Amino acid sequence: MTYALEIDQLHKAYDNGFKALNGISLQVERGDFFALLGPNGAGKSTTLGVVSSLINKTKGSVKVFGYDLDKDLSKAKCLMGVVPQEFNFNMFEQVQDVVIQQAGYYGIPRDEAKRRTQQLLQQLGLWDKRHDASRNLSGGMKRRLMIARALVHQPKLLILDEPTAGVDIELRRSMWEFLTQINEQGTTIILTTHYLEEAESLCRNIAIIDQGDIIKHSSMDELLKTINTETIVLDLHQPITQAPDVAGYRLLLVNDTHIEVTLNQGQDINRVFDVLSAAGIQVMSMRNKSNRLEELFVNLVTSNKTDLKGVSA
Amino acid sequence: MTSYEIYIAYLTIVRKEIKRFMRIWVQTLLPPSITMVLYFIIFGNLIGSRIGQMGGFDYMQFIVPGLIMMSVITNSYGNVVSSFYSTKYQGSLEEMLVSPTPNWVILAGYVTGGVARGLAVGTIVTSLSLFFTQLEIHSLGIIVLVVLMTSILFSLGGFINAVFANSFDDIAIIPTFVLTPLTYLGGVFYSIDLLPDFWAGVSQLNPILYMVNAFRYGILGVSDIAVGYAILVISAFIVGLFSYCMYLLNTGKGIRK
Repeated sequence: MTYALEIDQLHKAYDNGFKALNGISLQVERGDFFALLGPNGAGKSTTLGVVSSLINKTKGSVKVFGYDLDKDLSKAKCLMGVVPQEFNFNMFEQVQDVVIQQAGYYGIPRDEAKRRTQQLLQQLGLWDKRHDASRNLSGGMKRRLMIARALVHQPKLLILDEPTAGVDIELRRSMWEFLTQINEQGTTIILTTHYLEEAESLCRNIAIIDQGDIIKHSSMDELLKTINTETIVLDLHQPITQAPDVAGYRLLLVNDTHIEVTLNQGQDINRVFDVLSAAGIQVMSMRNKSNRLEELFVNLVTSNKTDLKGVSA
Repeated sequence: MTSYEIYIAYLTIVRKEIKRFMRIWVQTLLPPSITMVLYFIIFGNLIGSRIGQMGGFDYMQFIVPGLIMMSVITNSYGNVVSSFYSTKYQGSLEEMLVSPTPNWVILAGYVTGGVARGLAVGTIVTSLSLFFTQLEIHSLGIIVLVVLMTSILFSLGGFINAVFANSFDDIAIIPTFVLTPLTYLGGVFYSIDLLPDFWAGVSQLNPILYMVNAFRYGILGVSDIAVGYAILVISAFIVGLFSYCMYLLNTGKGIRK
């Protein structure tokens, strides 16, 4: 099977000796919505930089839809669209020119480039700003402009490096909707983000990278199944002085109107509600104490750091 | 990419480059015109009238080809160095690097932009010089060939400067400390026949001397250097710099991490 992206034993050491990638291997299936997560400096952007050929690798191979970057770079580039973390367009150029020019670099004739630009800018809500200098756009608009630019040559693989960083929640949700839509139309998407809620709701598969190594690579469902405990916070209608006892469950009274319930894997919460109802305690709302993926992510990265300390000790 | 797609990519870069220097014409086209008019007035009219003849021509007639060449050189170099460096600085170079546009097309696009500005300024300066003197054309072919080759050569030089530049100061160092002295000592204002043998010999190491003299030959029909030899030297420099530019682009030095 040909993957949308296949990375094999990828190493990257910078001139100053810093090893950003220690031989990572990764596969992303066609049509996937894939999350590449990791703390700051873990190697996410370096990986995407090598894939998009902006960073020279030290060793290893990268294939995009079967095209090896060392042998068929031009074909591989035609199939990729890249949305980088930093704004990297000419701030003095008009919004529409940024997109039309990008189409030109892919050999798309100007009339067709203009047609596609109009379509994309309309879809992303930027058409009214098409004559503005791109430096005058808001942060969210600049991110959308980079998405339009990355899509103008209709790539089969879209790489997004923290596309929603610094974007307000309303705009973030509209971008999620847009990305889901193009993924459903067949575009494979690889995303890095620090918003784990974003990765959990959008992505089907995930890899977690830390200190240049892939420490987890699985489907999102499988990963979430590995969570052993989950903490739910209950908001109470009236204050209480002591959390009731529920056999087999851990309940903690955080303050007089909030109880934390820790559920083990496979445990349901109905029993807790039964006891609370019987005690006349009304629950107004409930929420997860933290995002499930976030909890898992922190645990994985923390234990990886502990392991590495153990090795070096 | 097919040849047609490559052609479109090339046109895209050229269009972008020309649009850039036309958009900021107050910074790119106007200053060299004003500077050259001042040269014509001061060196040509005021001082030149006291100097008398140089190389068998009025001093004004003698310096006009050199001054045209000087503006072509500084503007083709300046266009590429500032445009490519600001593209690198802003990060928008990545737009081209992630695309399938071949490296030689990127280079050709920027060089064409530099040539276009060199020619635009050269044409303006030539037109302005007609207010001060009469120019006769000895060989149009030589004029066109030498101007094109010179602007290509200095566009390539500007490209190399931009690749290695890490700050805006770096793009001013070469024009200030290398290009300007070489131009002033390249026979723009005098014939090397006036120099002692030793300094005349040293002057022959200056590539700008060949360009100025070949261009002067195209206009006046006189040159301190054999024109065929001058064209050969310019060609050799072009081949050398082009090869080096391609090496830089292919290895990603100063461009990719």
